[in-house]
Amino acid sequence: MTFEQLIFYILAAIAVISSLMMISVNNPVKAALWLVLAFIATAGVWITAQAEFLGIVLILVYAGAVMVLFLFVVMMLDINLVKLKEGFIRYLPIGVLAALGIFALMYMVLGPNNFGMDVTGEPVRFDANHSNTTMIGLALYTVHVYAFILAAVLLLVGIVAAIALTIRRRPPHEVKYQNIDKQVKTQARDRFEMIKMQPVKEKPVENKKEEDE
Amino acid sequence: MNFVIPDFTPAVPEMVLLALASFILIADTFWSERYKYATYYATQASLVIVGLLILFSFTSETAVTFNESFVRDAFADVLKLFIILVSIGVFLFSKEYLQNHDFYKGEFFTLGLFAILGMFVMVSAYNFITLFVGLEIMSLAMYAMIAMQRDSAKATEAAMKYFVLGALATGLLLYGLSMIYGATGTLTIPEVKAVIEAGKANSTVLAFGVVFIVIGLGFKLGAVPFHMWVPDVYDGAPTAVTLFIAAAPKIAAFAIVYRLLVDGMPGLVVDWQQLLIIMAILSMVIGTVIALAQTNFKRLLAYSGIAHIGFLLLGFIAATPEGYSAAMFYVLVYAITSVAAFGMILALGRKGMEFDQIKDFAGLNKRNPWLAAMMLIIMFSMAGVPPFIGFYAKLVVLEEVIAAGFTWLAIIGVVTAIAGAFYYLRVIKVMYFDAPEQDTPLPASTRELSVGVSVYSLSLLVLGIMPAWLMAVAYNSLLM
Amino acid sequence: MFNALQGWLSIFLWDWLAILMTLVLQVVIVVLPIMIAVAFLTLAERKVIGFMQVRMGPNRVGPNGILQPFADALKLIMKEFVRPQQSNLYLFIIAPVLALAPVVAAWAVIPFGEGAVVSDINVGVMYVLAVSSIVVYGVIIAGWASNSKYAFLGALRASAQKVSYEIAMGFALVTVLMVAGSMNLTEIVHGQQGGFWNWYWIPLLPMLAVYFISGLAETNRTPFDVVEGEAEIVAGFHVEYSSMGFGVFMLAEYAMMVLISFMTAIMFLGGWYSPFENIPVLDPLTAWIPGFIWLFLKVAFLLFLFLWFRATFPRYRYDQLMRLGWKVLIPLTIVWVFVVGVMHYFSIGPWFN
Repeated sequence: MTFEQLIFYILAAIAVISSLMMISVNNPVKAALWLVLAFIATAGVWITAQAEFLGIVLILVYAGAVMVLFLFVVMMLDINLVKLKEGFIRYLPIGVLAALGIFALMYMVLGPNNFGMDVTGEPVRFDANHSNTTMIGLALYTVHVYAFILAAVLLLVGIVAAIALTIRRRPPHEVKYQNIDKQVKTQARDRFEMIKMQPVKEKPVENKKEEDE
Repeated sequence: MNFVIPDFTPAVPEMVLLALASFILIADTFWSERYKYATYYATQASLVIVGLLILFSFTSETAVTFNESFVRDAFADVLKLFIILVSIGVFLFSKEYLQNHDFYKGEFFTLGLFAILGMFVMVSAYNFITLFVGLEIMSLAMYAMIAMQRDSAKATEAAMKYFVLGALATGLLLYGLSMIYGATGTLTIPEVKAVIEAGKANSTVLAFGVVFIVIGLGFKLGAVPFHMWVPDVYDGAPTAVTLFIAAAPKIAAFAIVYRLLVDGMPGLVVDWQQLLIIMAILSMVIGTVIALAQTNFKRLLAYSGIAHIGFLLLGFIAATPEGYSAAMFYVLVYAITSVAAFGMILALGRKGMEFDQIKDFAGLNKRNPWLAAMMLIIMFSMAGVPPFIGFYAKLVVLEEVIAAGFTWLAIIGVVTAIAGAFYYLRVIKVMYFDAPEQDTPLPASTRELSVGVSVYSLSLLVLGIMPAWLMAVAYNSLLM
Repeated sequence: MFNALQGWLSIFLWDWLAILMTLVLQVVIVVLPIMIAVAFLTLAERKVIGFMQVRMGPNRVGPNGILQPFADALKLIMKEFVRPQQSNLYLFIIAPVLALAPVVAAWAVIPFGEGAVVSDINVGVMYVLAVSSIVVYGVIIAGWASNSKYAFLGALRASAQKVSYEIAMGFALVTVLMVAGSMNLTEIVHGQQGGFWNWYWIPLLPMLAVYFISGLAETNRTPFDVVEGEAEIVAGFHVEYSSMGFGVFMLAEYAMMVLISFMTAIMFLGGWYSPFENIPVLDPLTAWIPGFIWLFLKVAFLLFLFLWFRATFPRYRYDQLMRLGWKVLIPLTIVWVFVVGVMHYFSIGPWFN
């Protein structure tokens, strides 16, 4: 076994085990953390396959940003764990059966007899200076430029949809909004005003009380 | 690497639509406070502009650009024009409804424009990636539009159902596409066709890929047994959005079925034909039978839509160019009819009164004879009664199916069509012979709506009297 | 040198073991000095702030207080490790490790001089960015596992803040990549050869500011230390940590500061090149100074900025902090991407070749 294979098997084992933990663990926060571990291990597997750009982007985007926000939400939810646990054992046999069935099917269709090394041929091995990033960049900005721009439109639609669904502008008489630009630009003279006024003698206390009423 | 700058001219309508949508998106935040309807008028104007652009640059020649990921042919142009035609109606009818239900927002129109862009991309897709991304743009915008009425639990539930099942369908479709990619080694539709026809691809993988793709498409079309979401979403979504998702996306879904199965995998016709036969029979039968039991008009239209999808699939089952044109004719007619039908609900609805139960239509003839007559046209057209256009749509599809040798399928089609006529006629009976709950006249909520619905309904009659024109459009765009 | 060692080892060991041993040796050579530097950075911080506030700073342990960091470390190690009762044991212990480990891992690609780098990978910049984006998990997990409201609030603040500023940071790096045309850190330094006017800080001056400000936010340093804002949430995410758990968080924070300073020096300030390069008299006079000294001097200056800011600025309010990140820094970086694109197209200045 070469060193590369050793690394591959370690990473693959971590990926598989953490994925299994992710779906079987009860606590959603822990499940999310296992998913992060699965992402990182998968990124490692990609890097061993010389797709270093994709591997690092996977960590940067999914582990570093998406899952953080996901955790952010999950941590704030108050989920009843006992209720989630219910039925797990009862439905386990059916679930396992279905999973095995799908696995068998996938093995038949996508397994080594259709996509094995002897069918597809050995992938090209590039030397250490080969830049995966350049290749992806060239493909994205030339051949797939149309799809690339459309993907940007898709993200834009996602942003518009998210904002349209969540932003709640209440009328200003219900909620006071901050105008931060105004706050930042405020100067001392906007807050203080020196007023000249004639000195007034304060009224006695009893009279004032009557006046208030 | 020698890279040639792609020819942008075929994609000008899409580019203009994207630019206008983005402009309206930004401008809306500035002008929505002062001019309430500015976004609405800008949306309609941009649809007209794009429509005219397509109309004036219409050619019957096929132009492929962006490294074979975009195609523009007569087929694409005709479908795009009809998407625009239908969408103009959708926005016209929606305005008042949104106003009455307190969610008139600029985002409704911008998301609608983006959804239309997604449909354009689907119609013009010549590559699995663009096809998929177009589908996602359309679906994502629609999920958001359904959920936009945030205070309605029903709408939110509908959005969740649509989203979850839509995501599942997308996953299945993508899985199938990736299998085809794995087997053929290419993402471009004509190359896929070439590889399959050369017999170089692994047939097991191809067969499974086709199964997954057909299931994914079945979900998107709403064909039985993947129809569970249709009635709930049609019923739960705000009627204005139901109108949108019932009409234009069907045209786009038809386009991707055509691009994937006919353009991409004619070599696997035996595989997908069988699947489509099962789906078509189930859709026609189950859609018709369950529609008989509905009291809610939106659910009735949902199930009738499922039955219509069954008829549409018959055209594909024929697997001849004439069959595909018949299916295209059918989908165009269906889109126009459903805009008119849902538009009628919107026209008669009021604030606090949805007008989506069949009993709401009781005695409509006494309260508003003109709109009752329009409704009569719509229902007759849906049922397939001559001389309305719906009759010819059913006729050509059945003709082609018989010509392809599936007489028994045509018999099932005729039987379900006759059974289906029952529930359309029931609505007419309710309108003309049942006593109304109130005798007060019921004008359409605005004159605009009344005129709009009348135009769409009368077009069903006019097209029905002269069906040759629309038929010629459908036939020529595929056969040339 | 290490290749030779590995070859020699593989004569009498398994191949993979030889590789592993060489790697571990390299790691120790890089990490050990950094940990020592971090220790003395804490001393420097107290001295600098003391000086600015006209105090002495630590001056009891060793001559002039020079051994203070070791005394602090010893104190932390000897303390009791307290675990809150309802906390989550494994996550509570893993959290500090997760905070420190990525920061240490990032050093694998940092070049200290010509060829003096553990792993000279093609995507060095991306690697540093990706690895440092993992750091936030240490903070989040610490906040959640502690089962304490203060810690939890700190964790929520941290996750939102770090994710926001990472975007600005990433975009600032994009402009560097556009100028340099490479993601390899050594290549980026090579691109800045030929005098300080060739360094990238001139065309990317706003990006230098954005990067450094985002770096302050990423390390939770003043003025962005709302994560641990002691006036509101006691000490934020690490309020429940004592002993070495706390110590490791501190270690991670300071190691991250050093890392950000190194990255800034490498990407904007010419790395190990002398500022006197190609200047008539000064260049020959200073030619004997080795490159890494210049790099260390630049890093020392940037670290001094960190301490200086801490002594000078008040803490940002949280909403203003978010506004600065999203509404000022990110738009600025996006604009600058286009500016750099234009500069690139017209090949302005000596930076594009």
